[in-house]
Amino acid sequence: MARAAQKDSKTDSGKKLSNVSRDDLLKYYRQMVLIRRFEERAGQLYGMGLIGGFCHLYIGQEAVAVGMEAASKDGDQVITGYRDHGHMLAAGMDPNAVMAELTGRSGGSSKGKGGSMHMFDIETGFFGGHGIVGAQVSLGTGLAFADFYKQNGNVSFTYFGDGAANQGQVYESFNMAQLWKLPVVYVIENNEYAMGTALARASATVNLSQRGSSFGIPGETVDGMDVFAVKEAAERAAEHARSGKGPYILEMKTYRYRGHSMSDPAKYRSKEEVDEVKTTRDPIDHVKTMLQQAGVSEDDIKTIDNEIKAIVLEAVEFAQTSPEPDPSELYTDVYLEA
Amino acid sequence: MTDILMPALSPTMEEGTLSKWLVKVGDTVAAGDVIAEIETDKATMEVEAVDEGKIEALLIEAGTEGVKVNSVIARLEGGTSSAAPAPAAAPAEAKAEAPAAAPVAAKPQNDPEIPEGTPTVRITVRDALRDAMAEEMRRDDKVFLMGEEVAQYQGAYKVSRGLLEEFGERRVIDTPITEMGFAGIGAGAAMTGLKPIIEFMTFNFAMQAIDHILNSSAKTLYMSGGQIKSSIVYRGPNGAAARVGAQHSQDYSAWYAQIPGLKVIAPYDAADAKGLLKAAIRDPNPVVFLEHEMMYGLEFDIPDVEDFVLPIGKAKIQRTGADVTIVAHSRMVGFALKAAEQLAAEGIDAEVVNLRTLRPLDTDTVIASVKKTNRLVTVEEGWGPMGVGAEIAARVTAEAFDDLDAPPARVHQEDVPMPYAANLEALTVPSVEKIIAAVKQVTYK
Ligand SMILES: Cc1ncc(C[n+]2csc(CCOP(=O)(O)OP(=O)(O)O)c2C)c(N)n1
Ligand SMILES: [Mg+2]
Repeated sequence: MARAAQKDSKTDSGKKLSNVSRDDLLKYYRQMVLIRRFEERAGQLYGMGLIGGFCHLYIGQEAVAVGMEAASKDGDQVITGYRDHGHMLAAGMDPNAVMAELTGRSGGSSKGKGGSMHMFDIETGFFGGHGIVGAQVSLGTGLAFADFYKQNGNVSFTYFGDGAANQGQVYESFNMAQLWKLPVVYVIENNEYAMGTALARASATVNLSQRGSSFGIPGETVDGMDVFAVKEAAERAAEHARSGKGPYILEMKTYRYRGHSMSDPAKYRSKEEVDEVKTTRDPIDHVKTMLQQAGVSEDDIKTIDNEIKAIVLEAVEFAQTSPEPDPSELYTDVYLEA
Repeated sequence: MTDILMPALSPTMEEGTLSKWLVKVGDTVAAGDVIAEIETDKATMEVEAVDEGKIEALLIEAGTEGVKVNSVIARLEGGTSSAAPAPAAAPAEAKAEAPAAAPVAAKPQNDPEIPEGTPTVRITVRDALRDAMAEEMRRDDKVFLMGEEVAQYQGAYKVSRGLLEEFGERRVIDTPITEMGFAGIGAGAAMTGLKPIIEFMTFNFAMQAIDHILNSSAKTLYMSGGQIKSSIVYRGPNGAAARVGAQHSQDYSAWYAQIPGLKVIAPYDAADAKGLLKAAIRDPNPVVFLEHEMMYGLEFDIPDVEDFVLPIGKAKIQRTGADVTIVAHSRMVGFALKAAEQLAAEGIDAEVVNLRTLRPLDTDTVIASVKKTNRLVTVEEGWGPMGVGAEIAARVTAEAFDDLDAPPARVHQEDVPMPYAANLEALTVPSVEKIIAAVKQVTYK
């Protein structure tokens, strides 16, 4: 029987610092702060009634999307579930278009027709934005099938949650991906909860990196709060997939700071638990500390913070001033002309 | 200076209680700091500062109830002035999210099931459903509830509140997110005579499980030559909530109502919910029970009797009238009643038939009504083609062709996936105005 490799990447900022350029540090810091500030504003707009329905914030998980993105190449694809704003920003989508989609305006990436859970951007290879838990896993495997079919050397980064990891289609996909050696990296964002259900209450085994072991798919558990650990693991995984060895699983240990969606009071976990993560494992604080160690001044950090603030405020402004879609849009995009 | 506004916890929240301030005037806060706790009947949540600055004023006292969403609750000094647009900036469409038609008092109702003079109690649809399950679980140990978040979280929409406490983990069971798996487990358990209630967080997710509902539950009695029964209830919210987009807003009434072997129920008010869910649980057949999220929080009077069970397969005349028959089910009954109220002011007297059950369909009640009014309008939340309205129109034209004074009219969702944008969503879903227009069409007014 093929044995799946198991490795644990641990944070060791002191040691890693030497392999990381100051520019990289600044880039990751900037991207992660952009996601956090963007999401905070989205939460605010929701509270004001400008965003409706469901709105799942990515706050706390920023290092995963940003670290993974650092290992991707042009042409690679990304697909995820409904907690998708962070991935879109990391993939380089325009914050204005993302925020305007949240407010349902014509300037949104789906012209306002998709909403928070359903955004796509063919340019950046972002394939959504899916609302049915687990569906993106088969779809992401299909993106990898297309890469394999076209032999284009691209990889599909397929993200899903710890809760989604129990869906049946995940294992159907794992089997085919390994059988056909499809270039897919499965990124399980283990933020410890699926709505109100803690991982151990829904999973017979909790080491999600080993979920592919019966198919012989290698997997690693990664500190998903450490953008460098994420990036390094992502590089290994992408290399494995790109070189024709088939799928690879990365279990990202992360945490969501907010409720599942806006109306979740999150009573299933203690305030102390959340505070503990915020104060000891915050992914942005981690990079900030490294920036300071690398000699970047407070003023330089503040300059970035202010730039990000301006970008997000512009997105907020755009998302409120962009007009609603024209009523005629109701009937467009249902079919293409044959 | 930045205004901090009372946030909404959910699309339908209009006001809440500001339970606690976690900061005081003069404190400096950073973006993301928790500054207050607010509460509604459903949830407690923290309010975070979205900007940095010094708290200049707390304008609402802790403990104040009924604080309107978007009213200013505090002021930050410093901060970016454009950070929090004034409440007036909130667009009008936010209002469109509120239930468009609240239930209205109807003309004397014709409900043969309930004796004249029966006392009533006021209860939400949510609690009526919970009570129905609790009563049936007390009656019969074979009944159990299984689904995502039904136990510890008390239901994603709080429908199963209190059930875990009363019945314990053996009978109120949280599942992983594995619809096909747990629906199949329910269907299998039912084959042995257990009576599962399988809750889908919403029926959108039952698409993962529809194979078991159809292939394993609906057909088993037939395939086994009558040996294996499937007394199982598949329930959960169906249809469109507010602004949740294409994958979370679908009405499956017509889908399930097409399947022989299934019974399909779509309650409107609390009485329907309680009386029919109890009947569904007792029924020896597989039942698909289609609830509506937008109805859960609404209160209605229900008969205050010991064991309130309604018959499956019987429609209810929700409002009597002489000029036109409006046939609806689920939330659309409320829309139809509201339309009838407005039409009455214009001198059109509409009768509203609440179907209650879609399979078996109570054609007799509908036909009898049409024979009286000679005009038919059907209303459903789902798409029109091949829909519930199409079926009713076909039966009425086949059985009461000579009684019709106008071709039947159908009101339904536009023939497109559900858009997210507020203005487009409002255009696509059925509305009171669309029902009124359809009535005018068939009455040539
Ligand atoms: C098939 C299906 N079942 C249920 C749901 C409702 N639902 C949405 S998100 C969610 C929890 C998913 O948790 P997880 O996979 O851990 O992702 P996270 O939200 O933590 O990012 C559930 C049950 C759904 N959208 N689709
Ligand atoms: Mg999770």
